Amino acid sequence: MKRLILLLTFAGHQVYAQDDLLSELEKKSDDTEYAFATFKGTRVINGFSVETKGKGELEFIFAHRFGTLNEGSYTLWGLDDSFVRLGLEYGLTDRLGIGLGRTSIDNTIDSYLRYKLFRQSKGTSSFPFTITVAGTINYKTPSTKGEALTSEDRIAYVGQLNLARKFSSKFSAQLTPMIVHRNTVEQSYENNDDAALAFAARYKVTKSVSVSGEYNYRLSPHTDSPYFDAIGFGVDIETGGHVFQLVFTNTRGMFDRWVVAETSGDFFDGDIHFGFNITRVFQIGKRK
Amino acid sequence: MRLGVCIILTCFFVNGNAQKFTTEKSQITFFSDAAIEDIAATNIKAAGLFDVSTSEIVFSVPIKDFEFEKSLMKEHFNEKYMESDKYPKSTFKGKVAGYDVSKPGKQTATAKGTLTIHGISKEVDIPGTVQFENGKVLIDAVFKVKLADYKIKIPQLLWQNIAEEVEVKLNFEFKAQS
Repeated sequence: MKRLILLLTFAGHQVYAQDDLLSELEKKSDDTEYAFATFKGTRVINGFSVETKGKGELEFIFAHRFGTLNEGSYTLWGLDDSFVRLGLEYGLTDRLGIGLGRTSIDNTIDSYLRYKLFRQSKGTSSFPFTITVAGTINYKTPSTKGEALTSEDRIAYVGQLNLARKFSSKFSAQLTPMIVHRNTVEQSYENNDDAALAFAARYKVTKSVSVSGEYNYRLSPHTDSPYFDAIGFGVDIETGGHVFQLVFTNTRGMFDRWVVAETSGDFFDGDIHFGFNITRVFQIGKRK
Repeated sequence: MRLGVCIILTCFFVNGNAQKFTTEKSQITFFSDAAIEDIAATNIKAAGLFDVSTSEIVFSVPIKDFEFEKSLMKEHFNEKYMESDKYPKSTFKGKVAGYDVSKPGKQTATAKGTLTIHGISKEVDIPGTVQFENGKVLIDAVFKVKLADYKIKIPQLLWQNIAEEVEVKLNFEFKAQS
């Protein structure tokens, strides 16, 4: 009898040891897991995503918008016109990015700083969103004709907060409150300050292809404003170091000041610009 | 007599519990030797337990903690290859055989057990070395992992050529569990 008890104790102990070593290990470890790749690129369509570049990464962005599709065959559905933005973004740290760009619209230079405040995480310490703050300054460069604008007049500012959540490995959504301030506006129906709320989402169709959409809701448009809320749809195709984003949008703007305050196309009337953002990433600094 | 055996065995069990070792330091690196670009990554967040009394060993590797030379590589690794949102950890559970606790210096041993990567479990034999030293246990191993065995697919669009087999190097330093 005693022997039996002994055997049972022994057996019981063995089973315990077999089953629980792995779960014992799981209990001990810090399980905080951070979300990554909430969006493919630093832009969803026209606006920023929460993504910043990794430390030492340099991203070159070549963005292009053609004329509108409803211009018809004479301009080859808008392909004769083009608006271009060339931009660079560099990751000073994994969370802090600095950018510089030049757009053909109003011959504007833009520069910005972005900082990832919080990262979405689950496990031991969990947080539901990734939040990135961005501050941009735009400068309309003077032409040789010499308009009566002071350099102060040429400046506009944009402040924004991107709040995003990666709901699953396929679906991510983002909400962006932002404010645009232009030191000088040219028309009586334009505000110096405009606020907007941008909604964006992406859905991954395959591991390398995703579709995305963006809607820019203006909170305080001027009562006589002839402008529209910017809408955009896109397809992202990732091929290693490149991301190709093919977009359809009713704005020519490739930066927030224009998107929020000067979107002149009526999406539902066919004022849709085809365009693309092509990004190429180079690792130029060391990660450690 | 029986009582004696009982006491001895009980002692053994108590002792057995005290002979559990936990990782103090760990380093797992893998190396993919490919035509266009060599890819290496290191993870120092793996945790393990080694029970000397039963020779059992387990370890768990958080996939998102593999650090690469390039940020983009890390993103691709997690998103396209390992699908770490779905399979956040790789684990091993098995037994180490062929060592003698009382022997000093490095001795070769084999860990036999189940390796789970990318949600796929395989029975494997991992050859390596074990060293008992000043109350610590050092375990090192080098082995190959064939991506196809664990259903890790390489997307066609990627410009990097990834080797079909990667070399994994593992260094664990265990100390007695308090």
